[in-house]
Amino acid sequence: MELICPAGTPSAFREAVDAGADAVYCGFRDETNARNFPGLNFSRPELKDSIGYARKRGVQTFVALNTFMRAGHEQLWYEAADDAVALGADALILADFGLMAYVADKYPDQRLHVSVQASASNRDAIQFLVEAFGAKRVVLPRILTVQDIARLTRQIACEVEVFAFGGLCVMAEGRCSLSSYATGKSPNMNGVCSPASHVKYRRDGDTMVSELGAYTINRFGPDEASGYPTLCKGRFEIGETHGYAFEDPVSLDVVDHIDALREAGVSALKIEGRQRGKAYVAEVVSSLKKALSAEPAERSALVARLRAMSEGQRTTSGAYDKRWR
Amino acid sequence: MTNAHTPALSLGPVYYLWDGPKWRDFYFRIADEAPVEHVTLGETVCSKRQHFTEPHIAEVVERLEAAGKKVTLSTLAMVTLERESRHVRDLIRDSAHPVEANDLSALGLIAGRAHSIGPLVNVYNAATARVLAARGANNICLPPELPMNSIEKIVASLPDLSFEVFAFGRMPLAISARCAHARSKGLTKDNCQFICGEEPDGLPLRTLDRQSFLVLNGVQTMSNSCVVLLGELQALSAAGIARVRLSPQDCDMVAVAAIYRAVLDGAMDDGEAIARLSDVYPGAVFSNGFYHQQEGAAWIARGRNAALGQG
Repeated sequence: MELICPAGTPSAFREAVDAGADAVYCGFRDETNARNFPGLNFSRPELKDSIGYARKRGVQTFVALNTFMRAGHEQLWYEAADDAVALGADALILADFGLMAYVADKYPDQRLHVSVQASASNRDAIQFLVEAFGAKRVVLPRILTVQDIARLTRQIACEVEVFAFGGLCVMAEGRCSLSSYATGKSPNMNGVCSPASHVKYRRDGDTMVSELGAYTINRFGPDEASGYPTLCKGRFEIGETHGYAFEDPVSLDVVDHIDALREAGVSALKIEGRQRGKAYVAEVVSSLKKALSAEPAERSALVARLRAMSEGQRTTSGAYDKRWR
Repeated sequence: MTNAHTPALSLGPVYYLWDGPKWRDFYFRIADEAPVEHVTLGETVCSKRQHFTEPHIAEVVERLEAAGKKVTLSTLAMVTLERESRHVRDLIRDSAHPVEANDLSALGLIAGRAHSIGPLVNVYNAATARVLAARGANNICLPPELPMNSIEKIVASLPDLSFEVFAFGRMPLAISARCAHARSKGLTKDNCQFICGEEPDGLPLRTLDRQSFLVLNGVQTMSNSCVVLLGELQALSAAGIARVRLSPQDCDMVAVAAIYRAVLDGAMDDGEAIARLSDVYPGAVFSNGFYHQQEGAAWIARGRNAALGQG
């Protein structure tokens, strides 16, 4: 299985290449990708240099253009696709049908990957994307079990890539406007979820309150470490109870399922984390690379190191395990 | 100003789990009394619920059609299981009625046949609408998240296609493999005991500071606020919108439809309509923020609307 690694900056990109990535994915510094955070992402010259650095070492570069084109501003996305192709991207990762049609029509030889944001979760959906746009690979939404994936790979004429490590969307990706409902900034159109521009922390006695837009996302007592108010990882009140209504502040880790995923016919494992620093990227990439070739018994030590780096230091197999539902 | 046509009223599928008789009687009354021209129905949120309404679909469709309503059948929003795939395939193959596609599997299976696109499919621009129209879509209900300037641009680019706007009801904001509704009651999706049926209008989720925020509806998360586009209907008509969608809540939807009809016909001003709507759906918080390119939960009052419209 290939290891697909995140890069939010050119230096993280080089770290990922040096640490053993088979491919690195990244995006331009604008709304055309789903990690449109201040200080992240690539200018055109930076992408050009990075692609060159990777290619010399036999590593591929995937460019994520995985938001949905805002009506009236489509040119921003079309130009990003034109430039990514011209700069030599090995694959474009796309979510919007209109943009897929543009790329399939104008660059029929360009490798097209379906982003997780497109939410292609079953055979008929994937066949549609293969037939309509010539998709070569689909990144599966994090709503399937390992058994679902094994069944799926046998039914489709398309490679499958799955998320293996890092941040975890609780909702089907690309189909969530919770953050937009609270902030007016849309994950799908603006490439930001729970954006820092709308985050506030305020003290209420000895309680630290984290807010997103006008809404309280969590309240932390004096003995608790406060965390970032990602909307779906907040604590809320339902009836007389309160707690993490959607998901605890955990991150995804499917290292324990590596063999099952390989057997299920998965072509590539993807690491989330374009917003993370280069040290994190280097550590996670090299540990996962080792884990991929290690005997199952040798993996636990590598895994322990990885888990220590996870958000909240707690991890889940997410939807890959049926019991998560 | 493109044209002065009056949009048709359309009733979207019931997103909640209502028991069979309640669901049937709701549609019987819609058939007999509601001034809507289009009705889209069928379980959309969770395949586990299908057996509640399936025994009643035939009689409901018959009653609606006898009353002159045009009926469309909705497909599931999220398809992961073989059983769910089969259901969508069978529905598309066997249905004598138009189908509303709500996920990508339906889009693929239905190519070449006339169909509708539901608000849960991501149509953010004219290029995407064009792809779907070329494959047989003849009506597209745009996602509730779209602002008016996107709606206008998309509709203007495809003047021959019918577009629909989500103008009343709690907004579907997210869907998950995990059932937060079941979890909140100590259950899981696989052993849910259909607990979401206890809240026919959604289970309120408040912040820890007791702010109303969202409601849970099985695997779907919806806005607590109810979208109300009444002051916006004139602009939507002028933009060329063909249908105005009312999404069923557990309130008197016949009265809701009558209010929207009266505003569309120019028989009631939107200020009075909003006041009446508050009586019909007591306790509901209204929102129209997405339309005005604000946070979705926002309510932009009419005075400000008029100012924005003129500015």
